[in-house]
Amino acid sequence: MGATAASSPWSGSPRSLRPLEVSPRVEAVRAPADALIDWSWLASHTSTIAHLAGQHVKLTAIAVAIGLAISFPVGVVAYRHRKVYAPVSSFAGILYTIPSLALFALLVPYTGLSTVTAEIGLVSYTLLILIRNIVAGLHGVPTDVQEAARGMGYTDRQLLWRVEVPLAMPVIIAGIRIATVTTIGLVTVTALIGQGGLGALILQGYRQDFSTPATVGAVLSVLLAVAADVVLLAIQRVLTPWTKPAEVRDVVQRANPAAAVGGA
Amino acid sequence: MGLLGQALSWLADGSHWVGTGGVLQRLAEHLQMFVLVMLIASAIALPAGLLIGHARRGAFLAVNAAGVGRALPTFAVLFFAFRLTLRYLPRPFGFWPTLIALVFLAVPPLLTNTFVAVRGVDPDTIEAARGIGMAERQVLLRLELPLASPLMFDTVRTVAVQVAATATLGAVFGWGGLGRYIVDGFASYDYPQLLAGAILVAVLAVVIDAAFGVLGRLPALRRLQV
Repeated sequence: MGATAASSPWSGSPRSLRPLEVSPRVEAVRAPADALIDWSWLASHTSTIAHLAGQHVKLTAIAVAIGLAISFPVGVVAYRHRKVYAPVSSFAGILYTIPSLALFALLVPYTGLSTVTAEIGLVSYTLLILIRNIVAGLHGVPTDVQEAARGMGYTDRQLLWRVEVPLAMPVIIAGIRIATVTTIGLVTVTALIGQGGLGALILQGYRQDFSTPATVGAVLSVLLAVAADVVLLAIQRVLTPWTKPAEVRDVVQRANPAAAVGGA
Repeated sequence: MGLLGQALSWLADGSHWVGTGGVLQRLAEHLQMFVLVMLIASAIALPAGLLIGHARRGAFLAVNAAGVGRALPTFAVLFFAFRLTLRYLPRPFGFWPTLIALVFLAVPPLLTNTFVAVRGVDPDTIEAARGIGMAERQVLLRLELPLASPLMFDTVRTVAVQVAATATLGAVFGWGGLGRYIVDGFASYDYPQLLAGAILVAVLAVVIDAAFGVLGRLPALRRLQV
């Protein structure tokens, strides 16, 4: 942890690699002359755009996958042992509270302008949402169903995998949906630490005073979020066709007063 | 001395706290933005959520508002607000885009959760209130509002933290606030300043969360009545 500015990964790097080169450009105040979209720019940059969209998907997928790999065991333990839930939830809550730009800034001197920095930040924002939904989903399993399973001789492990997890699945997937959509929005901020993704287009639009890249970045980011949401919802419907959407929605809404906000 | 030590001594240096661009000025800017955004967003979203929840109409809109808000990257909203206001409201530089983007961020979750909170009030209780002759206005203000206020306040708390946190991004678009140190620290490879800024913003977010946590225990806020 003793990295100093001299040994940091991007000291002495060329000016063009600076992640942020933004000063109050008061002198640059001028009318926005360009339209929201310039189709010819779009046509000539499709491969760049596709590349950045691919990076965006990859950053999101890795973050949600790692977040889930951490949250699932933690959530199960927190569900079984009530005493564990409060500290775990508070810790995840504090992580969720730290602004993303601040978290990235805290990590950059140590882990550099790297994917690792971006993923540490992104994963830490998924934890609160995922853990809360996993615990809420498991708590929603009716007691008589659990007792019936025990009466049939299910072990703890069998009860978890064959009864509790399947019944909690709609709420867990709802948590994954919220975490995914939130992460897709947050990934745009990772452009500020040089990690590409669609945020790079928004940043380019700002730096060049040219709306088109930013419009493309914003629209694709929203489309990506909607697509991910729809796909995950479809997966939930296929896996657990017996659930009533309204009931799931109410449980999820109550489990996530905190997660209702996108933010950065 | 490690980087963290350098950041702490940056913070300990009194000359960084006073004068133009000092921490006190940045903190004041940050808090001013925070208060303005929370007031505007609450004034829009809370009454709207209460009315929609009371009428039990427009559920689709209210429930999905948070989802749409979540999908919209704040970074992009900031950019477009920046472009839009550049011509008409150029000064203070970056102020209006930040304000607009943060209100956009804050309104959807406030609206959705207020709606959900009001709709969650037991219909039998509402029927009973009507049965004893309460007018619709009284049902809303003296029954639904107090019963919905704990969840409403929890949401206000979460939104408050997100607004204070996201205000940091305004610095990317030329506004001040505590994000200034992060953006300038990045741009000039000034790691101690960068870390000091990150620490200040993180501490502010945690303090706001704690402050709203304490406020939320006030009985008056657990049972809001008008």
